[in-house]
Amino acid sequence: MLNIKNLHVKLEEEDKQILKGVNLSLEPGKVHAIMGPNGSGKSTLSYVLSGKGGYEVTEGAAQLEGVDILDMEAEERAAAGLFLAFQYPVEIPGVGNMTFLRTAVNAQRKLRSEEEMSAGEFLKVVRAKAKDLKIDAEMLKRSVNVGFSGGEKKRNEILQMAMLEPKMCILDETDSGLDVDAMKLVSQGVNALRDENRTFLVITHYQRLLDHIKPDVVHIMANGRIIKTGGPELALEVEQNGYADLLEEIA
Amino acid sequence: MAMDDIQVKDGVDAETVEAVKALSGTYKYGWNTEIEMDYAPKGLSEDIVRLISSKNDEPEWMLGWRLAAYRRWLELKEPDWAMVDYPTIDFQDQYYYARPKSMEKKPKSLDEVDPKLLETYKKLGIPLKEQALLAGVEAPEGERRVAVDAVFDSVSVGTTFQTELRKAGVIFCSISEAIREHPELVRKYLGSVVPVSDNYYATLNSAVFSDGSFVYIPPGVRCPMELSTYFRINAENTGQFERTLIIADKESYVSYLEGCTAPQRDVAQLHAAVVELVLLDDAEIKYSTVQNWFPGDENGKGGIYNFVTKRADCRGDRSKVMWTQVETGSAVTWKYPSCVLRGDDSQGEFYSIAIANNMQQADTGTKMVHLGKNTKSRIVSKGISAGKAQNTYRGLVSMHPKAKSSRNYTQCDSLLIGNKCGAHTVPYIEVKNNSSRVEHEATTSKVDDDQLFYCRSRGMDEEEAVALVVNGFCKEVLQALPMEFAMEAQALVAISLEGSVG
Repeated sequence: MLNIKNLHVKLEEEDKQILKGVNLSLEPGKVHAIMGPNGSGKSTLSYVLSGKGGYEVTEGAAQLEGVDILDMEAEERAAAGLFLAFQYPVEIPGVGNMTFLRTAVNAQRKLRSEEEMSAGEFLKVVRAKAKDLKIDAEMLKRSVNVGFSGGEKKRNEILQMAMLEPKMCILDETDSGLDVDAMKLVSQGVNALRDENRTFLVITHYQRLLDHIKPDVVHIMANGRIIKTGGPELALEVEQNGYADLLEEIA
Repeated sequence: MAMDDIQVKDGVDAETVEAVKALSGTYKYGWNTEIEMDYAPKGLSEDIVRLISSKNDEPEWMLGWRLAAYRRWLELKEPDWAMVDYPTIDFQDQYYYARPKSMEKKPKSLDEVDPKLLETYKKLGIPLKEQALLAGVEAPEGERRVAVDAVFDSVSVGTTFQTELRKAGVIFCSISEAIREHPELVRKYLGSVVPVSDNYYATLNSAVFSDGSFVYIPPGVRCPMELSTYFRINAENTGQFERTLIIADKESYVSYLEGCTAPQRDVAQLHAAVVELVLLDDAEIKYSTVQNWFPGDENGKGGIYNFVTKRADCRGDRSKVMWTQVETGSAVTWKYPSCVLRGDDSQGEFYSIAIANNMQQADTGTKMVHLGKNTKSRIVSKGISAGKAQNTYRGLVSMHPKAKSSRNYTQCDSLLIGNKCGAHTVPYIEVKNNSSRVEHEATTSKVDDDQLFYCRSRGMDEEEAVALVVNGFCKEVLQALPMEFAMEAQALVAISLEGSVG
């Protein structure tokens, strides 16, 4: 699904190398998790993959289903099936959540030369999906993320994901700022979307999210590189011992 | 008096601005109609004033009124307090009257109007057929109809639905026709809201106005359809000076829409209009404008200089007026639709979106003059600046000694796109009694890259993303517009930021 080869990235503004040769191979239907200490480059990886400005790729490549994505515009990557659930979803005052969703769905369809979703069909689909995430009609009407609680914002990200039906989902610290109940709800939403053709990359600091979203593969990232890859047990190990041992191992 | 000046120093990242600039935004209405015109000789003099009056077959009193205005104008100085900068206007280098040749004999009905003129309005999306709706709007259930007065350069081309409106007692015609057919109403009200000597441009307009619209709604009548006037400046080097007078008699209601466009030309053109609204007891007027005059090119060449005086006089108790404007065009805008709240319990509302892009300059706002008891006013202004544009909100809220227990609420929001534009807020507040309340809120924000990236990561292109964010910013005002206009305005917001700056 997603293949990342020797990815080197630096900040455009200052001459600072953030990613120093990341290699990842994510197969269809699998859930990969990336854990790592603060400043290891996890969020940068998610931004670079989804096309945020301000970064310069100095070396390496990333392919989605065999197609290079690093030269694509952010919206083209989205239409190709890439989705990023933001750690800090942005507020857009005055733009109804529903309007935003519908504009996004139809923008992607337009880019893929598909027919637009009719207002009636859209309404039907969004209501059903919102219900699963316990998002009520009032929240759909409110401005995008404005006045939403932390939990509401994250559920809203998952609703967008459910509506856009991406092939490759990146979740950037989706568990941050969530209480136990909200984390369950969000995880259920994510698990409902798991299927053999969809791949997840879950970025998190903590093992607890992985109790709910069970990963197939766990990677540890530090200092701009993947330093260790293993099964779900690797996350437990980190939870108990911290990163210090692992960092020493590679030092 | 409070004053705060805000200019962005560090802007949205340059790439975003460049990217949006590169998108080819063009003024959609910049084409020109090839048509034979009759011009009055260039320049302004008593003879020209007499000529305009005689072209319109005006009675003697009207000519006298114009000449008095002209003589007054000669003594006035052009105001310079607005935050706009433009080359000195040579008033002798303008045409003050331009009429399509085919309009020499006034057509009796729209069927007799020159097809070229009809074609012009069709191309603009303005329906001059009586069953038609504004372009781009699907016919909703129950079919909403809009009556149109179409003004082309100096003359009214035709007014639709007149017969049907007459049945309801509503008079809707060009002001030149009203001067001939309804002199008693015109004499009573013309200049009673904006006096001849009000200001430089209003005085000029009083001397040389050539046409415009006239509306009278009799007591107790709710106008059965929306009325609209569509102004088109076509001729080169020609000023358009239109005059609109709307009288809402006791307990009447009307919603009125105004639209404007002009061809794309290198030389700036002058537009100086006067709009007067009179409201008697319990009357209500909604006046909506979508101003889309040619804004000039990206280097500031050409465009319309728009100097407009609009004022509503809520003479009657419990009368209510609502101004809504979407100002996207013009090189220079100087415009302050105002409310004189004379009647007790009268209400004035002002909703405005002003977009200035490239080299555009807008100095716009409102005056709420509270004279009666328990009067209320509300101001919601949304200014958007992009490119190198300067956008100023200038507003006055004045509570007079007798305006006991009156209230005002003002909200001024500015949105900046890029780092070369400016937003300025200049509110004047005068309170001369101790039972009134005035509230003022102001914010300045930028379209930020995180918002744009968020939209783009969901599949929207840059243009769509900017339009979405800006439309969200303007939402409260867009909601105040009649449905047809709201849709047009929403599209216009996107178009006017396209290619200029997001």
